[in-house]
Amino acid sequence: MCLAVPGRVLSITEVDGTSMAQVDFGGVRKDVCLEYVPDVAVGEYVIVHVGFAIQRLDEASAQETLANFERLGILKEEFGDQAGADR
Amino acid sequence: MKYLDEFSNPDLARRLVDQIHAVTTRPWAMMEVCGGQTHSIIRHGIDQLLPEGVEMIHGPGCPVCVTPLEIIDKALAIAAQPGVIFCSFGDMLRVPGSSQDLFGIKSAGGDVRVVYSPLDALKLARENPDRQVVFFGIGFETTAPANAMTVYQARRLGIPNFSLLVSHVLVPPAIAAIMESPRCRVQAFLAAGHVCSVMGTAEYPPLAEKYGVPIVVTGFEPLDILEGIRRTLVQLESGRHELENAYPRAVRAEGNVAAMAMLRDVFEVTDRTWRGIGTIPGSGWRLSERYREFDAELRFDVSGLHTQESALCRSGEVLQGLLKPNECAAFGKQCTPRNPLGATMVSSEGACAAYYAYRRLDLVQIS
Ligand code: SF4
Repeated sequence: MCLAVPGRVLSITEVDGTSMAQVDFGGVRKDVCLEYVPDVAVGEYVIVHVGFAIQRLDEASAQETLANFERLGILKEEFGDQAGADR
Repeated sequence: MKYLDEFSNPDLARRLVDQIHAVTTRPWAMMEVCGGQTHSIIRHGIDQLLPEGVEMIHGPGCPVCVTPLEIIDKALAIAAQPGVIFCSFGDMLRVPGSSQDLFGIKSAGGDVRVVYSPLDALKLARENPDRQVVFFGIGFETTAPANAMTVYQARRLGIPNFSLLVSHVLVPPAIAAIMESPRCRVQAFLAAGHVCSVMGTAEYPPLAEKYGVPIVVTGFEPLDILEGIRRTLVQLESGRHELENAYPRAVRAEGNVAAMAMLRDVFEVTDRTWRGIGTIPGSGWRLSERYREFDAELRFDVSGLHTQESALCRSGEVLQGLLKPNECAAFGKQCTPRNPLGATMVSSEGACAAYYAYRRLDLVQIS
């Protein structure tokens, strides 16, 4: 039950003085409380756990992480099994 | 957004696995703290892709598994009372108490309901002013902000018939307790990404320093876990022990400031008993003085219960990384997900359930 999942904010409304959103999880839509991520805009991604967005997802750092993974493999292809040879 | 899928890209996974093999020269044992990570590791067969001797030890990070028997028995006692609507996440229903589970109370006519969010329980309380609505507030730092906000709203909107049965647990004191154990074999930690999304990373450098262990904040997709393992091994091989954040798309150093402010208002730190492990000082939250009126334990008299653990179940050792689930004599025999003896077999994030679901397929695959 501790897993939080990413979803896309479809719309934002106010209910009882609280910021609520419709969030899309790959086709499944749920009501999500946005009080902990007050700056999020429609179209952005958030990490949602038990009906609460706990953090926004940063696309730039996601792309950077993926680029790093790519680079790791390329390094290995260029230098051969360098780390292994050093053993 | 394309990158959501790319974190299970098999080609990149292969590169990371190659790198992991390239940096490793000897055996190491690291613990993934979070049950969600355990589930992902077993499901994708990640532990079987690692170099000989690199061992993943499964940690106690499944809130369903570590909720103490005494609190389960209190939940059962409250749920059985007439006029009560008892709300919980679905996986709590089959967690065995001393003599039965919440499902048994429901079958016997109790009003036990599964909700998706604590806000759903609050809604039920509004719609049923003549009933007492109790929400089972378990979970780590990831779940606590939701429960804190719900209690805050109950007070703000004046909903007197709502209360919380609180059993929140905290990760950093558990890491300390694991390292203090004389039987500890853990040399490094993959820290739970979503716990850090809320709490930030400030609590970890002192632990890395004090116990001389690398701590790498790690996400949940296959690539996230492989990268967490790779960075941990690089540190171990070079004799470093620092905090690293391998999940920056969801974790900022300062955490979620708004959520932390709410947590500090609604909760205060307390000692907590962890099922199968025992009491860890300062390892949980309870409602703070200002919100004590919403404490279900005070609203319902449930003291003086007699608790009785299964004699066969060794989940305490599983939770501390001292025993693999399939080494328990009852695993897959007396104990299955349909008929669980311990909580680690109930929740899909429990180590025993993860082994039961995936280990027997004997497939090594990514994605
Ligand atoms: S397999 Fe069942 S009995 Fe054995 S430790 Fe796990 S939950 Fe307990």
